[in-house]
Amino acid sequence: MSAPVIELKNVTVRYGANIALKNASIAIPENSFSGVIGMNGAGKSTVFKAIMGLVTPESGTITVCGDDPKTAQKHGHVAYVPQNELVDWDFPVSVYEVVMMGRIGTQNIFKYASAVDHEAVATALERVNMTAFKNRQIGELSGGQKKRVFVARALAQGADILLLDEPFAGLDAKTERSLIELFISLKDAGKTIIIATHDLLSLPDTCDHVALVKSTIIAYGPTKEVFTRELVEQTFDGILHHVKF
Amino acid sequence: MEFISFFLEPLQYSFMFKAVVVSTIVGIACAILSCFLILKGWSLLGDAISHAILPGVVLAYMIGIPFGAGAFAFAMLAVFLIGFIRNNTKIKEDAIMGIVFTTLFALGLMLISKIISSVDLTHVLFGEVLGISDESAWYTFGILSVVSIIVLIFRKIFLVFCFDPIHAQSLGQPVKFIHYAFLSLLAIVITGSIQTVGIILVIAMLITPGSTAFLLTKRFSTMLMIAISISVISSLIGAYSSYYFNIATGGTIVFVQGCIFLSVFAYQTIQNKKRLHTKIVGN
Repeated sequence: MSAPVIELKNVTVRYGANIALKNASIAIPENSFSGVIGMNGAGKSTVFKAIMGLVTPESGTITVCGDDPKTAQKHGHVAYVPQNELVDWDFPVSVYEVVMMGRIGTQNIFKYASAVDHEAVATALERVNMTAFKNRQIGELSGGQKKRVFVARALAQGADILLLDEPFAGLDAKTERSLIELFISLKDAGKTIIIATHDLLSLPDTCDHVALVKSTIIAYGPTKEVFTRELVEQTFDGILHHVKF
Repeated sequence: MEFISFFLEPLQYSFMFKAVVVSTIVGIACAILSCFLILKGWSLLGDAISHAILPGVVLAYMIGIPFGAGAFAFAMLAVFLIGFIRNNTKIKEDAIMGIVFTTLFALGLMLISKIISSVDLTHVLFGEVLGISDESAWYTFGILSVVSIIVLIFRKIFLVFCFDPIHAQSLGQPVKFIHYAFLSLLAIVITGSIQTVGIILVIAMLITPGSTAFLLTKRFSTMLMIAISISVISSLIGAYSSYYFNIATGGTIVFVQGCIFLSVFAYQTIQNKKRLHTKIVGN
């Protein structure tokens, strides 16, 4: 396995009096597909925010593509794909315009699109099979298409790492399957994919690595080694009858 | 010919000329801001700022500085107070806004009752564009033109800021700065508009045109153009109504905007019903 593309060493994050993450360490290898699981409020989104450089840890170090998170932001190494329910789908922007927003990191302060920007957007739309929908307002799409738009934005950004928050929430099984295929093909093309998910059932077939989060990172590693009954039940404080290990 | 003179004749009076120019630029600036404000969900914040500037206007009058400066200072005070209390209590933001802006507004009323005549109070609360001085007219025109141009030039980054601030921040964009820059521009526009529509009604100018345009289009650039058109037309109707019928300018502008909104809403509701009906009959 290649060198870690994301590394957290003894990271502690505090919001006021609450410790969201305590002494968390993880080394995510390049070109992997990791699932991050844990209960609500366990610290999954804090892990994401730490990687994106949106929170400053109280202690510990974070390295993203060899840089600190703030430098990684400038290079656009990490892209974030929000949960569908956190997006304002009535917003008057087209698919094309949203994907173009992936380019703001490289544009000047006026954010006018150059020929290179248009080409990057066109390529990204093609990659996720959304070219035919480029002029649609974003609310006029199905759940899976909505997800693809934001994946295209990440690709247009040129990100090496994609963080996806609950990408399968509210989607039917067939749509989920086709998105997973897309993610796997992106991984095969050299991207590192990290998803926060509640979907424990499909996780073993989807992710090659798993991170278990409960106020810290309890365990991280290849799915076969980490996604065990003992560790997962420890993460969720209970017995999980419906999950096959 | 008569139609043209209906519009041109009043303009030979300098007070009317100023009123038309000022109402138009107020209409443009408010319309542009309104498109961002309603998408960001900051309508209530606009209302809070517009009320909170009252003591600033009065204090500026007392110490003899341009009242834009006093208003701006209190707008920023309100923004910071709201933010500070929100970050340090469990009280919800709408309640905090309500407390902050009414307290500052009340302070303004106290100061006014002690210092300024009731005629001036009416002007501050409800606007009086026909009585605007040359100096104020040029000041308003200058500052609102500059704000309008700034917002239009930087509209793309403001739009990303409204749509997905986390994305902007994750690419190292100065989101905090953009946040406060936008609030400052909003405060300036409110300050510049109160002479025309007054403190009480300025919030309508900052919500209604954008909302009406939002109903009519799914493209942001079109939304901007529709909002500006509606707003300018309403402003002109307001100014000419004052001249010909001696009706309050601010009241007329806001009433016309409200009527346009309700008409668009009614039209769309009827169209949707018809479409649904055709569908059911068709099936």
